[in-house]
Amino acid sequence: MNWWDLLTSLVTDHTVRTVALGTATLGAVSGVLGAFAVLRRQSLLGDALSHAALPGVALAYMLTGAKTPLVLMLGAGLTGFLAIGLFFIITRNTRIKEDASLGIVLSSFFGVGLLLLTFLQRNPDARQAGLNTFLFGQAAALLTRDVVTMAVFGGLALLVVALLWKEFKLLSFDKDFGSSLGLPTRGLDLLLTSLLVVAIVLGLQAVGVVLMSAMIVAPGAAARQWTDDLARMALLSAFFGALAGVSGALISSLGSGLSTGPVIVLCASAIVLFSLLLAPNRGLAWNAWRNWRNRNRLRTEAVLLDLYRMSAQHSDPTEPHPVSALAAVTGAAALRRSLQTLQTRGLVRPGQNNWWALTTQGLAEAQRMEAALAHKEAQ
Amino acid sequence: MSSAQIEIQLIGLVVAAACALPGVFLVLRGMAMMSDAISHTVLLGIVLGFMALGNLESPWLIIAAAGMGLITVSLTELLNRTKLVKQDAAIGLVFPALFSLAVILISRFARGVHLDTDAVLLGELAFAPFNRVDLLGLSVPHSLALMAVVLLINIAFIALFYKELKLATFDAGLAMALGFSPALIHYGLMALVSVTAVGAFDAVGSILVVAFMVVPGAGAYLLTDKLERMLLYAVLIGAAGTIGGYWAARWLDANIAGSMATMIGLLFVLCLLLAPQRGLVAIAARRRRQRWQFAQTMLTIHLLHHEGTPEARVENRLDHLHDHLRWEAQFAQQVVQRAREGGLIRLANDHLELTAQGRQIAEQNLRA
Repeated sequence: MNWWDLLTSLVTDHTVRTVALGTATLGAVSGVLGAFAVLRRQSLLGDALSHAALPGVALAYMLTGAKTPLVLMLGAGLTGFLAIGLFFIITRNTRIKEDASLGIVLSSFFGVGLLLLTFLQRNPDARQAGLNTFLFGQAAALLTRDVVTMAVFGGLALLVVALLWKEFKLLSFDKDFGSSLGLPTRGLDLLLTSLLVVAIVLGLQAVGVVLMSAMIVAPGAAARQWTDDLARMALLSAFFGALAGVSGALISSLGSGLSTGPVIVLCASAIVLFSLLLAPNRGLAWNAWRNWRNRNRLRTEAVLLDLYRMSAQHSDPTEPHPVSALAAVTGAAALRRSLQTLQTRGLVRPGQNNWWALTTQGLAEAQRMEAALAHKEAQ
Repeated sequence: MSSAQIEIQLIGLVVAAACALPGVFLVLRGMAMMSDAISHTVLLGIVLGFMALGNLESPWLIIAAAGMGLITVSLTELLNRTKLVKQDAAIGLVFPALFSLAVILISRFARGVHLDTDAVLLGELAFAPFNRVDLLGLSVPHSLALMAVVLLINIAFIALFYKELKLATFDAGLAMALGFSPALIHYGLMALVSVTAVGAFDAVGSILVVAFMVVPGAGAYLLTDKLERMLLYAVLIGAAGTIGGYWAARWLDANIAGSMATMIGLLFVLCLLLAPQRGLVAIAARRRRQRWQFAQTMLTIHLLHHEGTPEARVENRLDHLHDHLRWEAQFAQQVVQRAREGGLIRLANDHLELTAQGRQIAEQNLRA
């Protein structure tokens, strides 16, 4: 199968299309909400909340006996809310820090979930539908109906974000200012976190508990590298999430043993890595290049100034000097390259035997730089 | 009790103690979620070790897995140090990626081997007694021997470096100024967490390792301010949760590890509610007491303010408190009642007067 076939399978193959649509929807929704979570330093809340959904799913199944995703999602949402409640109670009233509170919520709820699941597993027909799907998701089993459910609930969540955009923005960047304006910050906090629960619950079926946290963190963290503007960041994050979803679905359709969830997460991680390295202004490669350029410029300027200072001791300031004398002053590192750079800019000219002299243009430039330095020192 | 039952409980106890000890330091140092990350990524270490060595029994696997724990920690720190993402996001990026890699590697290359992700995530304590080793001529469960060694390592490390750990945890700056390397202590602790996670997840699964590490420490943190006691209480909470959880699981015929984690969680909730001074009940009681105390002080100050002035007859009457202090009539009545019982004020005709004690309190508060 070549790349073209793979891409056309998006349109022609019903299963691939459904799965890709589902994971793309999920990626977009969790991308937008994840952008907020990353900014609000709640990256790991997603991890805790997805684990906290387990008892909800088990309970919903026990009470209704139905395996419809909607019922299970309601159950998951319910215990998700309980988990948020416990998290807020612990962090607001005790000295236990957020990380430990997350650990408590995550592991206790998950423990309860495991306990409840054992009751389900006595029922033989529940076994295969149970744990494994929930832990790792089963994107390949997504039905059109599931995708519609995801789109409806995800769309609603995004609508709320759009309507309360200004409030959420203020909440994320300056909570105290928000409450001084009379915004109900606690309520907004709870609402935004609840929307995160919605995104997580939507994703459980596709990527599972363990990897859902990556769907929250990765697109947001990647998008953060490309822009400082929240709206752009949220859109980009949605795009990255959807991209990871679609490419993960496509790649996992290639081979057996490639579960969709982990492949999507690896795609999202690749996007993060790419962004961390290459994003303009913030990326590591970008920074390294900028540092290198700056260092070169400084070195070249130093050579020009040295040449100027040496020639200032002569009556003719454009008198040539041997390169060895320059090397003695500046240190020999990259001297030749600096001189060549200066030459192409028309600031110095080579004489015989590796002697170099300022041009009149170079003289003017050096004088300007010297004046600027003197000015800076005077300040 | 059959010997298998005793052995399961023993394994649980040893796991609980081995996890609770480093867990206390994780809670204090604000790195609790690192245990979650490590307990997931050790799976990658095991897979890679298995692919290199070809068997699942080699002790090198434990080393490989613990090494992967340390790699997780340093990758997270590397990412954090670029300042491009915050620490929580760094954790949330690193461990799902490594874990996904492990899951894919297992399904591609290690299928059919006894290395299924369910067992790794959830553990199965009930089967632990079946896997036995000979130790000094005694046949003991493999998990028990392994975790006993881990527990001894943890006790030895904490006992040897107790002062350093304490100092680096509570005052990293001072520790550095005195010449201890916080980084060294940090990595030592993380190595401990990694080794413990590797040993424990065999028995209880990687997700519940977090329950055994973080929850007892957090509960103990609510009970005491002393590090020694916190370590002791954490072990006790873990142990009580383990035994209670075991019998609850027997009674309900349910997953043992899940039941233990639930029980530890319940013990934490008990601490959260009932801890002296820091529990929710104590906090609520303190807030109530402070509310009444504040109201009584307000009352004495109000009375002092108008004492001996012509308007005192009007101001210092019970039914005027509503107008002047914005108190509901019923609340005002209760405050006056309490202040009278406390000997701060007395009723003269139909207006209120300060007693000497009440005057003293008002003046004291005005001066402060």
